[in-house]
Amino acid sequence: MATPRLTVTDALDRLNERPQARPRIAVHKFSSCDGCQLAFINAGEALLQLAELVDIVHFAEAGPMDPEAAVDLAFVEGSISTPEEAERIQTVRANTRFLVSIGACATSGGLQALRNFNADGAAGWTEAVYAQPEFIHSLDTATPVAEHVKVDLELWGCPVNARQVFQALRQLLFGVAPVVDRDKLCVECKRQQHVCVLVAKGEPCMGPVTHTGCGALCPAFGRDCYACFGPAENPNTAALARRFEGLGLLPEAVARRFHLINSHAPAFRTEWLDWQERT
Amino acid sequence: MQSMALFLPRPSLDALIQALRACGYERVLGAVARDGAITLQALGSASDLPVGVRDRQEPGHYRLERGEGERCFAWANGPQALKPLTFAPRETLWRCERDAEGRLVFQDAGERSVPTAVIGVRACDLAALKIQERHFLKAPYPDPRYADRRESLFLVAVHCSHPASTCFCASTGDGPRAESGFDLALSELDDGFVVTAGTERGAAVVERLELDRASPEQKAEADAEIDAAAQRQVRALPSRNLREGLYARLEHPHWDQVGRRCLSCGNCTAVCPTCFCHAEQDEPVLDGSHTDHLRQWDSCFTAVHSYMGHFLVREETRLRYRQWLTHKLASWHDQYGRSGCVGCGRCIAWCPVGIDITAEVAALLEPADA
Amino acid sequence: MPDPDRPVEVEVVDRVEETPTIYTLHLRFTDPGVAASYRSRPGQFNMLYLYGVGEVPISIVSDPDFDGPVEHTIRSVGRVTRGMERLQVGDRLGLRGPYGRGWPLEDAEDRDVVIVTGGLGCAPVVSMIRYVLQRRERFGRLTILQGVKHTDDLIWRRQYESWQRLPNTQVLLAADVGGPNWPYSVGKVTVLFDRAGIDPERSIVMLCGPEIMMKASIERLLALNVPAESLWLSIERNMQCGVGHCGHCQVGPYFVCQDGPVFHYPALRSWLGVTGF
Repeated sequence: MATPRLTVTDALDRLNERPQARPRIAVHKFSSCDGCQLAFINAGEALLQLAELVDIVHFAEAGPMDPEAAVDLAFVEGSISTPEEAERIQTVRANTRFLVSIGACATSGGLQALRNFNADGAAGWTEAVYAQPEFIHSLDTATPVAEHVKVDLELWGCPVNARQVFQALRQLLFGVAPVVDRDKLCVECKRQQHVCVLVAKGEPCMGPVTHTGCGALCPAFGRDCYACFGPAENPNTAALARRFEGLGLLPEAVARRFHLINSHAPAFRTEWLDWQERT
Repeated sequence: MQSMALFLPRPSLDALIQALRACGYERVLGAVARDGAITLQALGSASDLPVGVRDRQEPGHYRLERGEGERCFAWANGPQALKPLTFAPRETLWRCERDAEGRLVFQDAGERSVPTAVIGVRACDLAALKIQERHFLKAPYPDPRYADRRESLFLVAVHCSHPASTCFCASTGDGPRAESGFDLALSELDDGFVVTAGTERGAAVVERLELDRASPEQKAEADAEIDAAAQRQVRALPSRNLREGLYARLEHPHWDQVGRRCLSCGNCTAVCPTCFCHAEQDEPVLDGSHTDHLRQWDSCFTAVHSYMGHFLVREETRLRYRQWLTHKLASWHDQYGRSGCVGCGRCIAWCPVGIDITAEVAALLEPADA
Repeated sequence: MPDPDRPVEVEVVDRVEETPTIYTLHLRFTDPGVAASYRSRPGQFNMLYLYGVGEVPISIVSDPDFDGPVEHTIRSVGRVTRGMERLQVGDRLGLRGPYGRGWPLEDAEDRDVVIVTGGLGCAPVVSMIRYVLQRRERFGRLTILQGVKHTDDLIWRRQYESWQRLPNTQVLLAADVGGPNWPYSVGKVTVLFDRAGIDPERSIVMLCGPEIMMKASIERLLALNVPAESLWLSIERNMQCGVGHCGHCQVGPYFVCQDGPVFHYPALRSWLGVTGF
């Protein structure tokens, strides 16, 4: 699988050709919990520094409102889950030189993409949950931004963190493609010298197939990774799933390991389907 | 040098720790049972050591268990080697500041080691340290950070008496007896330790303890335990030099077979005490005024390890596994005059799917008609 | 102990656009002491550092005896080289080097020098061509065989045309896909060997370019009775330290940054073209 850094180049040229030195930035929200926008809002001093470096023209959660503004760099949080969003993402794309999707919802469809696996569509659930389902206008699927428009850079994670977002932003300000480390979580976990929870405790840790970036948070606290950053490059999900079975997990439990926050990501979807058939 | 054998009674183990501190070793590290494994941690006193703790290791499996008696070195190595103490998992190599005119000033990161004593080093890890020294300190570009940290170490070896099922140091010639590379070496007996000094500074530390000589019986018992530890090892590599055999099998179908099982997660390279690959990257501050240039452990199992701007040299897992194994057991001979494997068995125990280097080698070297 | 990982500062004193994606930077050491002690050989490389972004290995094209700026011809392929593309005169970079083994200059003296290059990877041999042309009397015939995919890929076309007019110098060009403005051969670089009139006894051959091209060229050369011992080639790998530590550039037993990038073909023979090394 090609690394993202191979694909960002044309958009990077467009970003670098902007007429003014300070990039104009927008942060857009689609179907999501707003947690990824907190990577900016909770950044404290860094957010003030950012305001010195860029013009934030649209960021509803932080104040500025101008959703239709033409910008150089747009961050998009959330999945495409409604007909309105499917249209609005086209406008966002048309209005930006460079588009970064942030977080699991925007990169893989997120938790809400679990509904994509319901063969009968979402209508039955809508009726079961809402008193007046006629007011709900949802698509049958929640899908990543890249299934609708061209995305120039994806930052995975549920949620993304400030380090990820600001390092990427800094590289874009330098005019170069950000490094997106798509190694397995284990690589970072072992740099931090955590004892492997799979080997030492028999926990069904998803680290060996999961995209690094969180800083190995869960293993640091002695618990198993649950893949909130999505699949790493070259993930051998089949071998890990077999190992989970060896640890004593029933096929249904093995399937569920791949069917959570990034269930729509192809590598995880395939593995889920495979183990679902065995239950 | 190898001094005469002395005897350190078990209750005096604390006195050894005190003597190390008195000799200027600000940090005294030793084996501590933590998070379900034997790990290297700062010792307050000898009571922090894993008294009566045993380990059970199998491919992809590691558990600590309660055992009998007072012994605190009755285990085989945990996941952590000496490696992180000398080859840091992540460190800043240098800083660069850019002024308003765009001029660049490169500065030393200023990281300096503290004098550190380590108690409980195994023979395999001493052998691995020697191998990594050859790599990081070789002419014409010795690494000053590695040299600084290596020089800061005072090493107290404990000859291994409890190999795990994953151990095979006897077949690589690197254990279980610590032959050299230590300042002090201990053999653990029920009531204390047979101590020998390997260096002058080691001798200076034990001199403070005013120990009696070890008796011939104590020495014999210590030797017998080490010999028995070698005998008990159930795994082995077929030869100390597998270079020709592996070079002749670069297209063997078994690479595909192991490639299907391997997670390419890099755990083997992280726990391997000789793996030295690392990546470099910049971490500029947000306002762009300065940047840290970092080096951190990398692995030949990552995609970026063979990234070439327009393609990957090793896209497939089988090629990454082959790179690791042939480097470790074959091309290492060309580079450093010996195999890169010291038989510590960590890559077997800490592989999440239990891939066993000795079994893979056996499968690769098996005659085609067998 | 000196720190082999820390760069020194250089300033861009000239920037030449060779093609839309290839540019040459002329770099001056800002510390005159460093400038005075800097010595390189054709075929060696420097690690160039773009502030806040990272380092890349780039071969040196300037003449080793030239006291002026160090020249690097760079192709924009990765994130660092694309970033360097935007550098202007006066901008500062970091530099470490020179590193690695260069071309066998002493072995080449009094022999015919045959340069075989393909694709866009010709920078490492340009330094050698310039070296020979500056010291013409010390070498025999100079033959340059260059293959490109498209006719537009030929950078320094004017330079090739000027080399062609020099005495005792032969330049043969081939493009996979020809065109109206392409008076040269069409096909792979290997189509040029029969026309080159290589003297297998007198020649030393230096190759640089895609490995598949070098492998095919070497097969042709061996068939023309050029001894394996007369063949040298320059290869590329991921390099992050340049000093034999980081482990990325290994090809079989070799660290390309130290044992290469220029290799004697007999040493590299069993590894060339083996997928995964």
